[in-house]
Amino acid sequence: MQRSLIDRIYSTVIGAITCFGMLLLLAPTLVVLVISFTGGITLKFPPPSWSLRWYVELLQSREIVEPALTSLKVAAAATLLSAVLGGAAALGLARSRLKMARALDALFMSPMVLPAMAFGLSLLLVFNLLGIRLSAATLVLGHTIICVPFVIRMVGASVQQLNPVLITCSLSLGASRWYTFRRITLPLIRRGIVASCFVAFLTSFDNVPVSLFLADARTEVLPIKLWAILEGSLDVRVAAVSGVIVLVTLAGLVCAEIFGGVSRQIGKR
Amino acid sequence: MTPASTSASRQLLPAVPLAVVFLAAFVLPLAALVAISLFRTPQFAELSLLQYLRFLSDPFSIKVLSDTLWLGAEVALATLVLSYPLALVYVASGPFMRTLITFLIMLPLLTSTVVRTFAWIVILGRDGIVNSAMLSLGLWQSPARLLYTWEGMVLALTQIQLPLMALPVINSLLRLDGNLTRAAEGLGASRVRIFLTVVLPLTLPGAIAGWLLVFAAAATAFITQTLVGGGRIILMPSYIYQQAVGVQDWPFAAALSLIFTLAVTGIVFAIGALSRRFVRGVDAA
Repeated sequence: MQRSLIDRIYSTVIGAITCFGMLLLLAPTLVVLVISFTGGITLKFPPPSWSLRWYVELLQSREIVEPALTSLKVAAAATLLSAVLGGAAALGLARSRLKMARALDALFMSPMVLPAMAFGLSLLLVFNLLGIRLSAATLVLGHTIICVPFVIRMVGASVQQLNPVLITCSLSLGASRWYTFRRITLPLIRRGIVASCFVAFLTSFDNVPVSLFLADARTEVLPIKLWAILEGSLDVRVAAVSGVIVLVTLAGLVCAEIFGGVSRQIGKR
Repeated sequence: MTPASTSASRQLLPAVPLAVVFLAAFVLPLAALVAISLFRTPQFAELSLLQYLRFLSDPFSIKVLSDTLWLGAEVALATLVLSYPLALVYVASGPFMRTLITFLIMLPLLTSTVVRTFAWIVILGRDGIVNSAMLSLGLWQSPARLLYTWEGMVLALTQIQLPLMALPVINSLLRLDGNLTRAAEGLGASRVRIFLTVVLPLTLPGAIAGWLLVFAAAATAFITQTLVGGGRIILMPSYIYQQAVGVQDWPFAAALSLIFTLAVTGIVFAIGALSRRFVRGVDAA
């Protein structure tokens, strides 16, 4: 009987930690959503009253809306660049057994290993030394490098699952390389491309270590702006921004799930 | 070149544009970072190892580095303790519970870092959830300072980085052959013993992989460190930022970021290599 007692304690402990873990995972997102509807002027929880005032205030705050638009534009450009450049590279590298291919793969994956702050600082120093002025373009370039590893991994995984016989068939039946790429390869690796675009966009939109060094007054991005606001004061407008980000991300996840089964792709990473 | 090898290297052509971009915007800047760290003054006069000596002979700098690495280790350990129960429940449950746990793990992974950090400011703040709950329950007489403390920072980072640990641990447990645990059960082993002698050793590679991911992520988490830890806790990321942007001492900032990079990646590679050498789990089988 003693063993079953120990087992029961073990199960209780496991269950209790699991409940705590699940609560811990969920609570912050819920807290942000709840506090964004506060009618008060502080982050007092639970909110003393309810209103949409901070969302209204947010829409009228140009100093937050503009960085948000910049972030969206930069993320869109970085996603496009990393998907095109990284996707092409993944197509070339994924099935090659050349030493050169393995070396390039390691190079393209290395931004993931390296602390991104060192990379952000190094870009700032180089642009300064070469006399290149910081702009949206330099920011996009930095973000592209950070996003590439996700594209290489996810598109690469799709390419590896692609049956090469299908391509040989298409070519031997007289289809051109471009036609084969468009009609055979591209549809079959679509899931990998959609998933990697989704992750790349979020990575760029959320990036801090690179933007911290490369964003100047004209190209201020949202995460850095929010960080600066929160460093100065505990501004409730940030709650409204957070609410918007959470809801938009959830909507984006649903869309990406429908088009590309993103959660399975991310799980595989 | 033989025709076969030409066509094999032609396969690599699509990777050339990205390779060029990486040379210009990744390899070149990092080389410049190394070069700049070797200058004696911020005006780039005279090559020397002064910046590195400055770091090594300064107790404050050493403490900043060791605090940062310790923070990473602590957070990674906390996520490990939370992840195993989550993963055990995940593996033992049906499709509904599995979907729920997956959703809960993905949720913080997909919401922005600043948002997650902001949530912790709301939770730990003076008028935050913890303080109002404790005060209204009468457990505390006055609000406690939770924000801008080391413990608060560890708690926030644990939640923020938990997905990075939970995913590999769940994957490892899923790959574990169920016959092994059933055999141990049939032979009369208690569930604690099964966990300690069968499940844990065989899923250790996944746990180590997760530990390293969380360690690196928590040590470099600039936003959470500065906002939840506050200005009085100085860690490597904010130290580098302050030296580069505040003081504009680029050679020292460059040396700091290289030392930090080497310390973090060095630990990750060393532990990774040791675990591949000595730990045989489901992934090795």
